[in-house]
Amino acid sequence: MDAMVIIGAGECGTRAAFALREQGWDGAITLIGAEAGLPYERPPLSKPLAGAVHRKPICDDAALRAARIDYLPGVSATAVDAPGRSVRLSDGRRLPWHRLLMATGARPRRLACPGAGLARGFRSDADAARIFAGGTAGARVAIIGAGLIGMELAAALRVRGAEVAVVESAAAPLGRAVPPHLAARLHARHLAEGVTFHLGAGVAALEEGGVILADGRRIPADHIVAAIGVSPDTALAEAAGLDCANGILTDRFLCTSHAGILAAGDCASVRDEAGVARRSESWRDARLQAETAARNMLGASQAHVARPWFWSDQFDLGLQIAGRPSTDQAMVRRIIAQDAELSFHLDGGRLVAAAGLGPGNCVARDIRLAEMLIEADARPDPSALADPAITLKALLRTAKAA
Amino acid sequence: MTDTTTWITACRLDDIEQEGALRFDHQGRSYALYRAPDDSVWCTAGLCTHEAVHLADGLVMDFEIECPKHSGAFDYRTGEALRLPACENLKTYPAKIVDGEVRVALG
Ligand SMILES: Cc1cc2nc3c(=O)[nH]c(=O)nc-3n(C[C@H](O)[C@H](O)[C@H](O)COP(=O)(O)OP(=O)(O)OC[C@H]3O[C@@H](n4cnc5c(N)ncnc54)[C@H](O)[C@@H]3O)c2cc1C
Ligand code: FES
Repeated sequence: MDAMVIIGAGECGTRAAFALREQGWDGAITLIGAEAGLPYERPPLSKPLAGAVHRKPICDDAALRAARIDYLPGVSATAVDAPGRSVRLSDGRRLPWHRLLMATGARPRRLACPGAGLARGFRSDADAARIFAGGTAGARVAIIGAGLIGMELAAALRVRGAEVAVVESAAAPLGRAVPPHLAARLHARHLAEGVTFHLGAGVAALEEGGVILADGRRIPADHIVAAIGVSPDTALAEAAGLDCANGILTDRFLCTSHAGILAAGDCASVRDEAGVARRSESWRDARLQAETAARNMLGASQAHVARPWFWSDQFDLGLQIAGRPSTDQAMVRRIIAQDAELSFHLDGGRLVAAAGLGPGNCVARDIRLAEMLIEADARPDPSALADPAITLKALLRTAKAA
Repeated sequence: MTDTTTWITACRLDDIEQEGALRFDHQGRSYALYRAPDDSVWCTAGLCTHEAVHLADGLVMDFEIECPKHSGAFDYRTGEALRLPACENLKTYPAKIVDGEVRVALG
């Protein structure tokens, strides 16, 4: 009788559906997904392989069947009746639930200027297919926003031979999440590859064939992409009366303001121990939250502990960041090769974040070790952090012995 | 019984860090060699089963290799996938140390 219902079949919702089964739930699991086809991963969309759009399914039909997950592709939840514990679907059905998980994700933010509708957002496989079909050799593409997605897309399109112009209102690319010295290296790499930048530039209007900047300049473009961030998809939750503020608000246990309804992934604004609410927008966090949500749907009370980590691939460079680096922390740099480096970020002597940039995945191992150092509450000696001859594994051993 | 296995010398034991991994390419294919904390050596297919990523860039802890991309993990002795998103096991190949050299049978 009792059913678990999940709204949104992205990374988070899909992982939660499997996790419910893995954790021993034997009743019905329904996974409602507005998009058609099998659930797929978003990160590969901006990191195409050999120039082709890369639609990587999260699971196949056989796995869904084996886990007895009732997956409804191309179906939207249109209303949630919180007190009545049911959800209305776009195909007219009404599903009762015992526990409901909101995993509705996020949508690209839209520009507010005249002609905004001419820009395409970049979130779905359909967006990727359209953008890569247009972004061929010689095509002129304007990308508004030099965040992670905008920069990855610029690199991917440039490799395909498109003429790429990036427009950014801030003075430098990648301002939000990447330490300035690494952002500068990525910027330099894009310039060397022939990507054009218009920094500190506001967008006044979009028109057929170009972007008009606030200072009056016109950037010719056959295709325009808006990569100015995402907003959490909270419409359904708000209509159902759930508390929302830049996301569906939850406590540490991912429970919303209504009993029996949880929220996780990009749509959720999760309060930490100190009561500060944060949205994560990252692939790994979507999965970790899904697993915690599944446990708590089954009666556990496990607090979600954020472990921020993400990666980005631009040209042949791989970036990885663990923790939240910020410019008010002390920073120690370690050069590991001519073209690869790490930075460690310390707060009162305690390691709180680490970032690395180098070809391929060459910084991955060290970032993973740095993450373990962060989790071990390590206070490594800054001169040891700077010295590439001292392995992070050795520092971890020291930290664990302390 | 005769041993018909063909053993190939891949590298010297000292070329692999202790509790570390090394990429080894042979006849157009990629493999990963491991030197365990107990100095035993092991060999698996070189690419993660989740996406085609070189595992030798990952972190070796005890008998586990963690993929550098999304932290999927495998037991490199058996190839068993230990942690999502890796769910398909890795192929493994015999490996041994002879006179300080690592030899593998890739047949
Ligand atoms: C191009 C791109 C590249 C990225 N690269 C990286 C990266 O390198 N590293 C990283 O850490 N993160 C990356 N991310 C972010 C990462 O993909 C997201 O954090 C992750 O997808 C969040 O998962 P989610 O399930 O919460 O949300 P989503 O993936 O947004 O999934 C939500 C799903 O819910 C569906 N939905 C919404 N409302 C309803 C409804 N009413 N009924 C039914 N279904 C509904 C939506 O259609 C959608 O399919 C990238 C994102 C994009 C777009
Ligand atoms: S490529 Fe190895 S876990 Fe994804």
